[in-house]
Amino acid sequence: MSTSENYVLKMDNIVKEYSGNRVLKGVNLYIRPGEIHALMGENGAGKSTLMNILFGMPVIHNTGGFEGTVQVNGQEANIDTPLKAMELGIGMVHQEFMLIPGFTVTENIKVGRETTTSNLVSRIFGKSMETLDKKSMRKDAKTALKTIGLQIEDYVKVAGLPVGYMQFIEIARELDKTGIKILVFDEPTAVLTESEADRLLDAMRVIAAQGIAIVFITHRLDEVMAVADSMTVLRDGEFVARKEIKDTSAVEIAELMIGRKVEKLVDESTEPDTRQISEDNIAVSLRNYKVDMPGEQVRGIDLDIRRGEIFGIGGLAGQGKLGIPNGIQGLYKAEGEVKINGEPLDLEKLGDALNHKVAFVSEDRRGVGLLLEESIEENIIFSAMYTNGKFLKKIGWMHLYDGAAGKAHAEDMVKTLDIRCTGIRQAAGRLSGGNQQKVCLARALTLEPDVLFVSEPTRGIDIGAKKLVLEYLAKLNREQGVTVIIVSSELTELRSISDRIAIVSDGKLACILKPDASDADFGLAMSGAWKGGQES
Amino acid sequence: MKSMINKFGLPRIIIAGFFLLLVMGAAYFDMNMPQLMGDVLRRWGMFGILALAMVPAVQCGIGLNFGISMGIVGGLLGGIIVIQLNIAQNPALVAIHPLFAGWAAILTAILIGVVLAVGIGYLYGLLLNKVKGSEMTVTTYVGFSVIAFMNMVWMLLPFDNGELIWPNAGKGMRNTISLASSFSEVMSKTGEFSIGDFSVPTGMLLFFFFMCFLMWLFMRSRTGLAMSAAGANPMFAKAAGINVDKMRLVGTVLSTVLAAVGILVYAQGYGFMQLYNGPMMMGFTSVAAVLIGGATPKRALIVHVLVGTFLFQGIMTLGLPVVNQILPEGNLSEVMRMIISNGIIIYALTQTKGGDGRE
Repeated sequence: MSTSENYVLKMDNIVKEYSGNRVLKGVNLYIRPGEIHALMGENGAGKSTLMNILFGMPVIHNTGGFEGTVQVNGQEANIDTPLKAMELGIGMVHQEFMLIPGFTVTENIKVGRETTTSNLVSRIFGKSMETLDKKSMRKDAKTALKTIGLQIEDYVKVAGLPVGYMQFIEIARELDKTGIKILVFDEPTAVLTESEADRLLDAMRVIAAQGIAIVFITHRLDEVMAVADSMTVLRDGEFVARKEIKDTSAVEIAELMIGRKVEKLVDESTEPDTRQISEDNIAVSLRNYKVDMPGEQVRGIDLDIRRGEIFGIGGLAGQGKLGIPNGIQGLYKAEGEVKINGEPLDLEKLGDALNHKVAFVSEDRRGVGLLLEESIEENIIFSAMYTNGKFLKKIGWMHLYDGAAGKAHAEDMVKTLDIRCTGIRQAAGRLSGGNQQKVCLARALTLEPDVLFVSEPTRGIDIGAKKLVLEYLAKLNREQGVTVIIVSSELTELRSISDRIAIVSDGKLACILKPDASDADFGLAMSGAWKGGQES
Repeated sequence: MKSMINKFGLPRIIIAGFFLLLVMGAAYFDMNMPQLMGDVLRRWGMFGILALAMVPAVQCGIGLNFGISMGIVGGLLGGIIVIQLNIAQNPALVAIHPLFAGWAAILTAILIGVVLAVGIGYLYGLLLNKVKGSEMTVTTYVGFSVIAFMNMVWMLLPFDNGELIWPNAGKGMRNTISLASSFSEVMSKTGEFSIGDFSVPTGMLLFFFFMCFLMWLFMRSRTGLAMSAAGANPMFAKAAGINVDKMRLVGTVLSTVLAAVGILVYAQGYGFMQLYNGPMMMGFTSVAAVLIGGATPKRALIVHVLVGTFLFQGIMTLGLPVVNQILPEGNLSEVMRMIISNGIIIYALTQTKGGDGRE
């Protein structure tokens, strides 16, 4: 990069640590005026942290600040509050709309920056008592709306407007700020329909043409190829590359995003694979399967998971992969046809999955997975006690909890899974993340399932425990023939253990890949470049 | 030391310390200690089951049930019907033993009370399932409302037994109904023994412990465990295939039923039944008792009931005479009851984290 080039924003060698954990390891971000610059990377690559630094968010400065330099318009800038960022002309269009529903479009655009005229009262009591200049406010709002081509009356209330409109009002608000130079779009198309997204991309081009630089955070490769001029790829907090779009291709970008060495967890050479997996023996069959899980919508998936395999379900956060097991388990409203070992599952009936010997380890350990205040013992035996009537003894007409049997089983599980605790009476909430995960796993195993859904098995646990959990899942699959379905955001993890991996994008199946498929294939599938669910 | 404090809980240590202080105070003023201690035991038995009503309510997830007056009015109705029917004066029963007639009366009253409480509790539970997240506020006002509603009903019920209605051919129920001719102290007197002035109401305590035992058994049953899980973590319960709303109904009904039983045990120990505004603050007394015992709005165990009721009623019993010695003027015991019960409720509420724990 030649120094002669004129950048509106230069972030150099940014390093950020959260309590010893390096989340940004020397990242650069250079943006020219009037260009649309795509910032790409998987979840957890460091995009949000980088943007938090740019906006001087308190979360950065409360945790020890950052290293590296930020230059705006060639001037070194010390951005330590969001207000400072605003003064420097940096704006953001949020993913969750920051609009006030009861206010009109104009009021939402001008809130906090109202144009006012002084009056008698304000002369005595100060500026906060000045009269609103509604006329000029409406004029400003109309200008901003016109810039982005939104046909809407400025006096309508925001409540009840379509999602796409709200996004545009947010943009209009940012544009209305005088002296805006850099505008950050944080996954703006995630909540939009296709036609709305197209209009948004048009609006971005218009804005950029006025000389405003745009940072475009997105997962969607097709959008990047369509609208961006240049892009930066981050991976695991590291700066991977900055490229001009005209010099690169979607395949190359996809490779850059994923590129990581995959280590096989199960060594095929020492343990020959004796499993009988065939396309005719289906454990879980989904047809037009939809789940209404907020933030993880499943919008119609057809999928066949073979009996006895380890099946991975991957995809970026919010694309719907988590909705799949949660819907089957009855935690969120689901519809469509689900068959377990050929038998139809009644999605309306709570607990029907358990009756079909389907167990589920939730991604939300503390929220769904555990009774935090109860003992490890109770957590392990609970589901089997309730569903299968295990650990109950009959006294008279009553079925009472059989403490001795429960204790013996819990102790056995603690030993098998190596759960580190002070004893089975310890409250589950006191354990570390990895041990909590093992307790969840122990409960699922106590159900003696045919099919085991494990959602984000290694989220928030340390590397040692991670390996142990994955190895145990593999062992369970090999030795007891349990069909294991792992839903995970960590592609490396899925590729290290699965027989096949389905990638879910936008609530639909993008494709099913072999774990040794190329990085580019995975990248393209995750970025929504493929639709339709072909199997490679 | 520190771990012991943690285990027992600071509030309990303070309250227990206060209780010991009162005991020492009573000894210092040369009061009749054996008699006072006997009174503590008696009040423990009287209030115990009302406090026990909190256990299923908290465990099923509706939180502290300030609205046990729902069950209390059921129990009171049972008591009134028994007096109206004059069961305790039935010559055939009295012929066996007067105490037996009394038992027949109170057990009939409990049976009628329980049947009514099941119905009331079911409706109450349906209401509580519609107001998830703000149960405690709702139970408080439901508790007050039912008292107001029953104030009208007590006036209108067509009972005509002289023990029940206002004297001189008045209409409507009396404020305070004497149980002398029905089941006054039947439980307390059964198996009662005294060492000097220290008397132990054996029958009542055994009945209280028996109810605790039944509750303990229920908590170890499949339904009981499922109910606790539904209360502790509704999402967890749902994932295990438990119908959370149904479990909340079970808990609410049980709590209401225990309240009905509890008020009758209370009334027989007291010797009177109080209608109208009498049971208004019973919910608060019971809530305070379990909280002192160590319960939280998310978790209440039987041991909390036993410890809490003993400490709370102990302070109430000893407090009045001791404080009157120190500050002879005025009725301080009522003031103290208000301070302790409301204070401990506020303390417990500040210790809980908002809503249903999912945010």
